[in-house]
Amino acid sequence: MISFLAILIDGLIYSSWLFIIAAGLTLIYGVMKILNIAHGSLYALGAYTAASLSGLWLSMGFAPIGSFVIMLLSAILVGIILGPIIERGLLRFMYGRDEIVLVLVTYALFLILEDVIKLIWGVNPYYLYQPYALLGSFEILGLTYPNYNFLLLGSAVFTGLSLTWFLQKTQQGKILIAVIHDSEIAAAQGINVEKFYLITFTLGATLAALGGVLTAPMISVQPGIGAETIVLAFAVVVVGGLGSLPGAALAALVIGLVRAGTVHIIPELDLFSVYLVMATVLIFRPKGLFSSQEERKI
Amino acid sequence: MDRTLAFISIGAVTLILSGYAMPQWAVFLTTVSLCYGTVVLGMILLVRTGLVSFGHGLYFCLGAYAAGTLKPFFGLSELVFMLIAAILVTTITSFALGFLLRKYRDIFFAMLSLAFSMILYGLLSKSTELGSTDGFNVTAETAFGIALSELEYGRYLIFVITVGTSWLCCTLLHLYLLSNKGKLAEAIRDNELRVEYLGASVNNIIHINYVISAVLAGLGGALMSISIGHIDPEMSYWTTSGEFVFITIMSGSSSVIAPFLGAAVFTSIRSFAYEYSPDTWQLLLGVTMLVIIVFLPEGLWSLFSKIKKKGSP
Repeated sequence: MISFLAILIDGLIYSSWLFIIAAGLTLIYGVMKILNIAHGSLYALGAYTAASLSGLWLSMGFAPIGSFVIMLLSAILVGIILGPIIERGLLRFMYGRDEIVLVLVTYALFLILEDVIKLIWGVNPYYLYQPYALLGSFEILGLTYPNYNFLLLGSAVFTGLSLTWFLQKTQQGKILIAVIHDSEIAAAQGINVEKFYLITFTLGATLAALGGVLTAPMISVQPGIGAETIVLAFAVVVVGGLGSLPGAALAALVIGLVRAGTVHIIPELDLFSVYLVMATVLIFRPKGLFSSQEERKI
Repeated sequence: MDRTLAFISIGAVTLILSGYAMPQWAVFLTTVSLCYGTVVLGMILLVRTGLVSFGHGLYFCLGAYAAGTLKPFFGLSELVFMLIAAILVTTITSFALGFLLRKYRDIFFAMLSLAFSMILYGLLSKSTELGSTDGFNVTAETAFGIALSELEYGRYLIFVITVGTSWLCCTLLHLYLLSNKGKLAEAIRDNELRVEYLGASVNNIIHINYVISAVLAGLGGALMSISIGHIDPEMSYWTTSGEFVFITIMSGSSSVIAPFLGAAVFTSIRSFAYEYSPDTWQLLLGVTMLVIIVFLPEGLWSLFSKIKKKGSP
């Protein structure tokens, strides 16, 4: 019973984390048809920025609770600075190229940003553990969990709900759906498609950075975290069906629970289980769980 | 005689002859380039078929582990057996996985192959018998029955065998590409449906090409493990597969010589950048890749073919 509960709680926490990162990735793919490998670097940049800025805040002796505000600001900072730079400065010249070429462009960007991170922060790990302990912890059937996990869970739910609300209830969101379905026809209707690309990419970048920011207190922030995370995010996005937000949520839940279960029962198969889920889903549903039908090209 | 074949053979002989006089570091760089080149040889076959694999590290790693585990599990350390083991293991695995993968295209092919390679990574990095993430050392003690223990001479022999294997792979692939089946690859990339109407099975050709590319990757991995003397699960990590895709794009798929050129450029950039600015070598690679994607979409090889076209209009 206790281990079942532990699996459930661990799984939910892990799923929340996965969803926050995958949401931005799937959004960018849905709108721009770019599977953005550099998403991993934006995640890492978010983590580093939060570690530095919040660390600075705490070392200057301000109220520790304020570090959460600083963390949120770090995510927004990374998103609104780098998002437009990448989209306007690089990606917009690549639109219309093959999807695989776009993946490679973002791979090149990933390599570049990995070194930019090393140039700015060096190769030594950064630690930001204070916010993790700050919120206290709760106990359930003898298992202790830091309350910080609620923040993670809350952020995931908030991200999912607000994105859904934006897409379905607001005018801009509905226009965005039109762009997703057919960007050429949307442009012919007088929609400024490029503006929506810019907004989407910035939003996606901010979400990637938010993922990093929220993770920073739980890990040691060091080189390589981007590469490790992006491939997990790929698994979630592909399992869910590229470009599908509800798909990403379901996939995050499935992968999160499976991984938590594996870690508790057969810890050796930890990473293996994630990619096994990915391969299995792809074998039975080649385009993921929530995929839209596509006409056959002749 | 075919000009490409003549060029490959002359290149191989030149390498073998000059290898004796080359400094140690140059021999090493050439060996690594040849191993990568062999892997990318398989990748260009896939690219010609219209497929990009983001998981060829799977076969690179499988080949290396097949070669490496012969000693601890079967007590064999003959180089030839190591290569045969790599060929067998990669053939069987890719033949089995091919039944699945041949139905996938574009980004889905890339992602499913990525998933398979990460499965292997997940397994190897947790298997304590195989050294987990640290991997283990590999030594080939004999080659064709000749003891390699005498260091300098042994290294040279491994170098010669690497050149020979790459030469053989390159020649065979070139002949395959010239054959009817080989020519269908590009037809599939252009229009699958028409190929089906012409009476050829798209699935079968993709399957065959996939197995060929996997065996080439396995051989590259096995040769790499023997030359470097060490293997670890990182060979199956997605960044390794990414490097292969990188070299493939850099080389271009129009000639079987291109992969070796691309691999040589890649290894040189990496080694020299690593030597002089260890913190910015990836940055340099990324910028190189962007420049190539923008200015040379057909790869480095198109530089040569453009010059050739100008010469004979």
